[in-house]
Amino acid sequence: MARAEIAARTLRTDRWWLPPLTTFVGLLLISIYAAFRTFQGDYYWVDQYHYLTPMYSPCLTEECIPAASHFGQWFPALPGFLTPPLLIIPFLLGFRITCYYYRKAYYRAAWASPPACAVAEPHDKYTGETRFPLIAQNLHRYFFYAASLLLLINIYDAVLAFGTGLGLGNIILLVNVSLLAAYTLSCHSCRHIAGGRLKHFSKHPVRYWAWTQISKLNNRHMQLAWASLIFVCLTDLYVALVASGTISDLRFID
Amino acid sequence: MSYQGKFRVWRGDDSGGALEDFTVEVNEGEVVLDIIHRLQATQAPDLAVRWNCKAGKCGSCSAEINGRPGLLCMTRMSIFEESETITVTPMRTFPIIRDLVTDVSYNYTKAREIPSFAPPKDLAPGEYRMQQVDVERSQEFRKCIECFLCQNTCHVIRDHEENKEAFSGPRFLMRVAELEMHPLDTADRVDQAQDDHGLGYCNITKCCSEVCPEHIHITDNALIPMKERVADRKYDPIVWLGNKLFKRS
Repeated sequence: MARAEIAARTLRTDRWWLPPLTTFVGLLLISIYAAFRTFQGDYYWVDQYHYLTPMYSPCLTEECIPAASHFGQWFPALPGFLTPPLLIIPFLLGFRITCYYYRKAYYRAAWASPPACAVAEPHDKYTGETRFPLIAQNLHRYFFYAASLLLLINIYDAVLAFGTGLGLGNIILLVNVSLLAAYTLSCHSCRHIAGGRLKHFSKHPVRYWAWTQISKLNNRHMQLAWASLIFVCLTDLYVALVASGTISDLRFID
Repeated sequence: MSYQGKFRVWRGDDSGGALEDFTVEVNEGEVVLDIIHRLQATQAPDLAVRWNCKAGKCGSCSAEINGRPGLLCMTRMSIFEESETITVTPMRTFPIIRDLVTDVSYNYTKAREIPSFAPPKDLAPGEYRMQQVDVERSQEFRKCIECFLCQNTCHVIRDHEENKEAFSGPRFLMRVAELEMHPLDTADRVDQAQDDHGLGYCNITKCCSEVCPEHIHITDNALIPMKERVADRKYDPIVWLGNKLFKRS
């Protein structure tokens, strides 16, 4: 028996193309900004107020400004156009790329697989995440562990900056780590590790409680993914503007 | 508050078919299934449509309205403009029988492939009392009315007929998850999900959750937790290290 003979790719009459287009443009703009700042290799540290942009934290090579290297300079200066963030970006990027929300976002927006529900995808063949390279999406767990470590480092940086007083930059760094923490905690892997993997919730009341709390955050995973991503860029922009002398930091307590 | 609504309904069978135009009276408070019934009563007595409860609980009247998968009985006419032409077509993923009726036996085949609940062999009836928090988790999945809209919308089989053999679809991966999360089930559902039911084909684009008339969080609460269990077994560095260090199998 055959399917109903309907030639149209979709009969949807709403603007189904708008969400994937918005996602695509949003991710593209953020990628361009992040690439520019990564390869700029400058304006990442405000010496006067100890602001370090999260994009360059931890700064681990010998070309880093010594005061910005809170954890030492473990590696020699990178050759050519390579900059210190290239050592940490694979982990941060890996965490976002393998994230269950972002997978949905870019599978739809960038790969049209599918572009929207009940809209036919343009590919002849589909094997999903059953084989290389997409089977590597299962590495999300590794990246979650790495991103959690980097989050702790970002929190340390933000707390350290309070040693010079209180300015708008401190507030921005604090909001940034709060959003990053909320995004990381709301991760599906985190939810699973906390309690989702259990078969008997009733035998593990503490983990069940943790699971219910993380589940509440997990309901907002998409919003937290976007909020934290955009705010990292805004935090970096603020630090870059202050570090370059374009604007001065608004100080509340010195 | 009645008006004459414009409709395009797919008519045909497995030898061919096309969208046919109709003008049908629409009254206040009606749903799309009311219009289909009026169409049958007044203009097309041989129009085939599967329906039963008209209350969104039997899962019979699944179709596509303006290209969006949904229940005919739960799609209110008030969400459309009076001037709008409303297209009603059968579910695309399943073979057509006639007009709006499809052959959904693929789903029953997949249901039969799932080994049933397997409690411990030495457990006597009445010996175990299940706690409410353990019940609640799988209770969500039991809200499923088997309308198969999630199966119909899932692009893995909707756009790729050849994947039907390897992929059981969201409804039945959710059934596997329900059993896997049951405190007493002893069967190995994780390898089953990955190897026998094609969990790896799911790319979590969430269309199943979007169309579910029972608003079950299929992706977040069933499919992703199953993927995470697979990751536990095959891809977690810490679990792997623990297994090596403590010689766990």
